[in-house]
Amino acid sequence: MSSGSEAPTSGEYIQHHLQNLTFGQHADGSWGIAHGAQEAAAMGFWSFHVDTLAWSLILGFTFFFLFRNVAKKANSGVPSRFQAMIESVVEFVDTSVKESFHGTSRLIAPLALTLFVWVFFMNLMDLIPVDWLPTVAKASGVPYQKVVPSTDVNATLGMAITVFVLILIYSIRYKGVKGFLAELIFNPLNPKQLGMPKVVWPLVMAFNLILETVSLLAKPVSLGLRLFGNMYAGELIFILIALVFTAGSGLVGAGLSSVFGEHIPWWFWTVAVIAVFATLGANLKGKLDNKKTLWLLLGEMMVIGGLAFLGGQIMHFGWAVFHILVITLQAFIFMMLTIVYLSMASEHH
Amino acid sequence: MNMNATLILQSIAMMVFVWFCMKFIWPPLLKATDERRAKIADGLAASDRAEKALAEANVEVEQQIKAARDKAGEIVDQANQRHSQILDQAKDDAVGERQRQVAAGEAEITQSANQAREELRATVASLAVLGARQILEKEVDENTHRELLDKLIAEI
Repeated sequence: MSSGSEAPTSGEYIQHHLQNLTFGQHADGSWGIAHGAQEAAAMGFWSFHVDTLAWSLILGFTFFFLFRNVAKKANSGVPSRFQAMIESVVEFVDTSVKESFHGTSRLIAPLALTLFVWVFFMNLMDLIPVDWLPTVAKASGVPYQKVVPSTDVNATLGMAITVFVLILIYSIRYKGVKGFLAELIFNPLNPKQLGMPKVVWPLVMAFNLILETVSLLAKPVSLGLRLFGNMYAGELIFILIALVFTAGSGLVGAGLSSVFGEHIPWWFWTVAVIAVFATLGANLKGKLDNKKTLWLLLGEMMVIGGLAFLGGQIMHFGWAVFHILVITLQAFIFMMLTIVYLSMASEHH
Repeated sequence: MNMNATLILQSIAMMVFVWFCMKFIWPPLLKATDERRAKIADGLAASDRAEKALAEANVEVEQQIKAARDKAGEIVDQANQRHSQILDQAKDDAVGERQRQVAAGEAEITQSANQAREELRATVASLAVLGARQILEKEVDENTHRELLDKLIAEI
């Protein structure tokens, strides 16, 4: 916004928001952070999205410590509220696993819990206003920051690959190598049952193999891409709302630029944010009733950025409310599909 | 949208977190919830049992109260019976005593009358002799007129 020497164009703004902080080998052979999408692409496969990994780990450890903390203190007595909340999540996952997975496995339930909570936390990062963390990062010298790991296809496909490996392991464990291969070759058209002449068997088997391999590979790809696609689209809409109504595009109230000139100073934003927080805080402390609070907020929005800004806030709020549903649903779908795929892998057809 | 080694690291991170969960989170949480579920089931069963026991106890109390009431009625009946018995006996006693007293009085009266008659008889003879002597103005020998005198006495 105002921190750069020149306001970014719309395209630059979007690109900046969609660019991961990439660490890899530069063209000249040195290792470092890529500046710009082209540099990042030039780094090839052996580079890393530092922001994705860092946030994944932070969120993963958040999950671990939250749940570990409760698990350590868990007993059969009267649970605390937080313990009851964690336990209800665990019970929910446990029920889902028991309903969908018809084998016995020590791994499935913890796997499902980890995926559900971890993916949910990753998706939850989407609800943090899109400019906050990148702005802070930029101010502290980090050029790019994409804070929602599940909007990085590497993260979602990475998890899907682990699930794929588990599918293979489960197939072989429950059916044996022979059974697994037989399933690939004799499905969906079984030449023996269809009473085909022996001559065409290899043809049918090859057809089956291609079909089954595709459907096998489609599992992790669809698993990873579904989550990625949903979250990426959601993130993009947040960015667009932010772009059109509040950031860089120059649509910010014309009145403001007539007061401050081309660049709105940073203290104006600080004062504005503090004013909004103070209003909300006063409401929470019971010093302002809800009606007054709403009017005051509307007034503040108008002062800060004019009608466009107000519209942007309302749209952002609406999309965020809708997104709460999306992020929960996507986390649930990721978990359920994992369970279902592994259940299929461990069952005979 | 670059595909790069983030993929691999993310897979590894996932495996590690799943292992963490499997090792340190899932077992204690599930154990606690299972234990609590068992406890709640026990508690519910116990409350069912207690309810049943209470119902049984109520029935028993009812029976005992009924028995006690019966017993009390019996005792009251007995007491009433005893009461009337005592009353009857007392009445009988009183009647007997009265008859005895009456009999004794009558006996005494009869005895006194007899005694008076005896005395009278004794006196009558001498009075008769004395009178006759007065009338005849001579000595009357009692023994001579004994027969006459006895006849007189017997007439009294």
